[in-house]
Amino acid sequence: MDHRPQAWGRPRDDVYGAYDHSYLQNSGPRQATQAPIVTGTSVIAIKYKNGVVMAADNLASYGSLARFPDVKRLRVFLDSSVIGFSGDVSDMQFLDRHLTELSIDEAYEDPSSDSKAGQLNAANLHKYLQKLLYKRRNDFDPLWNQLLIAGFDGDSKPYLASVDLRGTSFTSPSLATGFGSALAQPIMRRYAATEEDAAKLSREEAVEVIKECMKVLYYRDARSLDRYSIAVVTKEGVELKEDEQLEKQSWAFAEQIKGYGTQTV
Amino acid sequence: MTSIGTGYDLANSIFSPDGRNFQVEYAVKAVENGSTSIGIRCKDGVVLAAEKVITSKLLKQGANKRIATVDRHLGIVYSGMIPDGRHFVDRARDEARGWRDNYKTPISTKDLAGRMGGYMQAYTLYQSVRPFGITAIIGGYDSELETPVDGEVGSGPSVGAGGKVEGKKHGGPFLYMVEPSGLYWGYYGAATGKGRQAAKAELEKLDLSGDGESTGLTLEEAVKEAARIIYVAHDDNKDREFELEMTWISGADGPTKGRHLEVPETLRKEAEKYAERMTAKDVEDEEETKEGGDKMEE
Repeated sequence: MDHRPQAWGRPRDDVYGAYDHSYLQNSGPRQATQAPIVTGTSVIAIKYKNGVVMAADNLASYGSLARFPDVKRLRVFLDSSVIGFSGDVSDMQFLDRHLTELSIDEAYEDPSSDSKAGQLNAANLHKYLQKLLYKRRNDFDPLWNQLLIAGFDGDSKPYLASVDLRGTSFTSPSLATGFGSALAQPIMRRYAATEEDAAKLSREEAVEVIKECMKVLYYRDARSLDRYSIAVVTKEGVELKEDEQLEKQSWAFAEQIKGYGTQTV
Repeated sequence: MTSIGTGYDLANSIFSPDGRNFQVEYAVKAVENGSTSIGIRCKDGVVLAAEKVITSKLLKQGANKRIATVDRHLGIVYSGMIPDGRHFVDRARDEARGWRDNYKTPISTKDLAGRMGGYMQAYTLYQSVRPFGITAIIGGYDSELETPVDGEVGSGPSVGAGGKVEGKKHGGPFLYMVEPSGLYWGYYGAATGKGRQAAKAELEKLDLSGDGESTGLTLEEAVKEAARIIYVAHDDNKDREFELEMTWISGADGPTKGRHLEVPETLRKEAEKYAERMTAKDVEDEEETKEGGDKMEE
């Protein structure tokens, strides 16, 4: 009998005839990531007068299965910026570790406790991540994420920008990834269509808009969850709450929805 | 010195007949001429302090730091040959990063001290190298929280395998000193460099262990004492200007939130004032006793 590892678990040649091994050979081109596996859904964020508010739910899905309901997708960088990750969760962990390393390197140069000058700000961080993700797409080995980066730029003005797995980057008074770009973005634009509008928003209003958007996303996005994280970035630092519950839900509208699934009407 | 002319001091890795490695002993001499550094471990944190002698008026104030950050929760201060110290810190940073790469968790102060002790010791073994001309003080605060895993996304299980153990105490403040031979011990208070004798005498007077009935020094008190000790240790060579450099590390609920940071300017100034006041008082006391002594003779 053939005891080589290649033969383990395969039909025996002496009983079933020669086995066709050709499909085990990988004769095609080398393939890197072709699709994300465990994924997080939308991240949304909006600028206001003195900072930025960002939120993402705490779910990591495995396909359509709500696999991990306790995954925190907002990460704080150097107590001054927040990064929201949508897309592949393992790539998020890779980036998170990479950023941890980066923030430790930053501390080598500037161990002073009271000055944040000279540290990487959100604009620097966004540029760095954009270069990193674009490099990985050019290697045909992309990090399958779309990121939102919130914080302050070099002029201490609120900063919000996005970068995706292709290295595409842009900035706007409000931003949303994934389903959020269709469902949340129009709502946020009602309050902050331009930078001027955003500069008039108060913190309370901004948080309220974000909560409203999270609710709409939970109503309509089948890969979402009613537990979420919300971060407010101000000049003083980052206030991050990681175990929030959607409040004041009303599913009355669901009665009106026709045409899906097993409905016969 | 007994070693001169015997030939046993010409290279590392050669013992003298009475069992000494002279190259290592010469390295210790290099340390003994370096400017003073100290470390204090108290119950809620660690303070590192260095006396930075101003060698030129052209040097920028507060630049050219003597105390280095190795990881978020780790700092190193050293006395002796500064470039050797810089390399030592580089290596410590590599070790800390390597540990994070492998174990996805911050290196403990003890493990770093072990790695660095081994590294120093390796430089006493070969003809091709010389020992480090430094003694380094490694201070750290190992997280008392549940050990965080780098890249962790969830809270983990609340019970069962990987669950939390109620009431288990983790981490705390730690202080180690590594000598040119590679020898390292853990300390409550450590001092090295030119003023080490005076500094050690002062450190011994402090209540650092917090054993028994006493509550021990608080971190803020330790900062002030550290400043005073550096001032006291400097007394012998008054002619030269110096800058006081201090860093501290507290637990997660302390002022530095578990990080190795420079002591804020306001607190440092306060500590320096306290140090100046105390050292001035000591001098007065001494003069008084001298006068008293004279009177007795009369």
